[in-house]
Amino acid sequence: MPDMHKMSRIEPMPVDAALTGFRTLLYKEVLRFWKVSFQTVAAPVLNALLFLLIFSHVLDRHVTVYGEVAYTSFLVPGLVMMSVLQNAFANSSSSLIQSKITGNIIFVLLPPLSYREFYAAYVIASTLRGLFVGVGVLLVSMPFVDLPIANPLWVLTFAVMGGVILGSFGVIAGIWADKFDQLAAFQNFFIMPLTMLSGVFYSIHSLPQVWQDVSHFNPFFFMIDGFRYGFFGQSDTSPWLSLAVVSVCFVFLAALTLAMLARGYKLRS
Amino acid sequence: MSTPAIRVSAVTKQYGTLQALGGVDLEIAQGEFFGLLGPNGAGKTTLISALAGLVRPDSGSLEIMGCDVVRDYRNARRNLGVVPQELVFDPFFSVRELLRIQSGYFGIRSNDDWIDEILASLDLTHKANANMRALSGGMKRRVLVAQALVHRPPVIVLDEPTAGVDVELRQGLWQFVRKLNRDGHTIVLTTHYLEEAETLCGRIAMLKAGKVVALDTTENLLRRFATHSLRVSVDKVEAAVALGGIAGEDGWVEFGFDSYGDVEALLARLRESGANLREMQLGEPDLERVFVEVMHRA
Repeated sequence: MPDMHKMSRIEPMPVDAALTGFRTLLYKEVLRFWKVSFQTVAAPVLNALLFLLIFSHVLDRHVTVYGEVAYTSFLVPGLVMMSVLQNAFANSSSSLIQSKITGNIIFVLLPPLSYREFYAAYVIASTLRGLFVGVGVLLVSMPFVDLPIANPLWVLTFAVMGGVILGSFGVIAGIWADKFDQLAAFQNFFIMPLTMLSGVFYSIHSLPQVWQDVSHFNPFFFMIDGFRYGFFGQSDTSPWLSLAVVSVCFVFLAALTLAMLARGYKLRS
Repeated sequence: MSTPAIRVSAVTKQYGTLQALGGVDLEIAQGEFFGLLGPNGAGKTTLISALAGLVRPDSGSLEIMGCDVVRDYRNARRNLGVVPQELVFDPFFSVRELLRIQSGYFGIRSNDDWIDEILASLDLTHKANANMRALSGGMKRRVLVAQALVHRPPVIVLDEPTAGVDVELRQGLWQFVRKLNRDGHTIVLTTHYLEEAETLCGRIAMLKAGKVVALDTTENLLRRFATHSLRVSVDKVEAAVALGGIAGEDGWVEFGFDSYGDVEALLARLRESGANLREMQLGEPDLERVFVEVMHRA
């Protein structure tokens, strides 16, 4: 046994400030995507630009929406929101599954971080990546369209809510998936169809009644429609209804994700 | 009496039909260099994971420096540094970035002085700005040790830190860990290299099938379970075997005995049996013998 009289008691280093752990995890997650921003920000912006160029070339002279709005102008908010949603999902889901598969998730699980801090850091970082890409898409679209912003607060509200919801989805998928294949399936067979069929490329009023009704069961439709309202002051459905649906989705997903993290589902056995 | 560094009380953990921990009780005092030994699947890593909060026990409780790992997990984790068994790393960051980030997770914003000290101690200063992907296996292992130390935890757990590590790094690592122990850190070590445990650990627990089957000071374990050995090369192997010796494939015969006083009598009986002694070797008790004996009895 050691001679305790010769030893000084070792104390762990004091905590500098509250929430330092959360802020560090958030910083790390932002730094992670920023270090590969060519892939995580520039590439999705280019993708959206290609969509814009192709669809606007084909349809701009033939289609107007909401009466007077040119198709290209109508398309841009949809592309921006689609980029926000897909990239927010990609950020948290890819970060978590990479950490799980390589094993370095342990460095986040060993420190004294609460599950709420864990959730908030991953979701906020995902939202920030979504917003970075969204702003990028908006900026590169500017030379091609005349885009009004009727109500910036609606734009910001739906962009943030969309990012938070898909960031939460990403946390769920990243924790649930055991391999990249499962995550790709989640993305390709769930997130992608819901995004593409949400009115990014069309107004649902151009659809047959039955598909209009079906669209109202797609929460992504409300995210994009509400976001678009912020630009044009008009939309397929009331922005308040969209906000209500999106808020309910957020509360449900946040509760589900927090419950998974609190239980340590697939993270702490 | 001071708070134990680690207290494990009646901890059980079941994975399906496999009982990983079957009611483990253990107390490790502050400042100890403690060894946790056992064959693969004995429950060593499960126990360490339970201490670290990575595994939730089915029943029982675990405390680190008096802090319950579930109810007071923040303080328990601040008091614990774990060097994991697997060589894991985050490929996005440099060594210094990783250590700063790890410090931040523990609530420490400005930690460069201590980080520099750890880097110097582990001979990593020249690699501080290198990306993790560019480091050799041995260097990555050292970074794992550094990561476990960024918050200067009083209790440090090393889960097979020298598996697959070259001799030079192993020596350097033990020198460093010994210094940490001298400075007052409690060290808990799991290893398959029993000679390392024998040299380093003051006290040892042996686990088998999730249960502690031996727990004592290294000295007492050696005294209780291990015997001295006498190996002889004789012209009549059968005669030596008839006296209780065990013949090896190399033609030598091995006898066990409790004290050196028994050697003379043993040699006399050999002579009387008509076997002529060509060569002989005396062997000290070692932990490997203890380990085999304990595992055999348990």
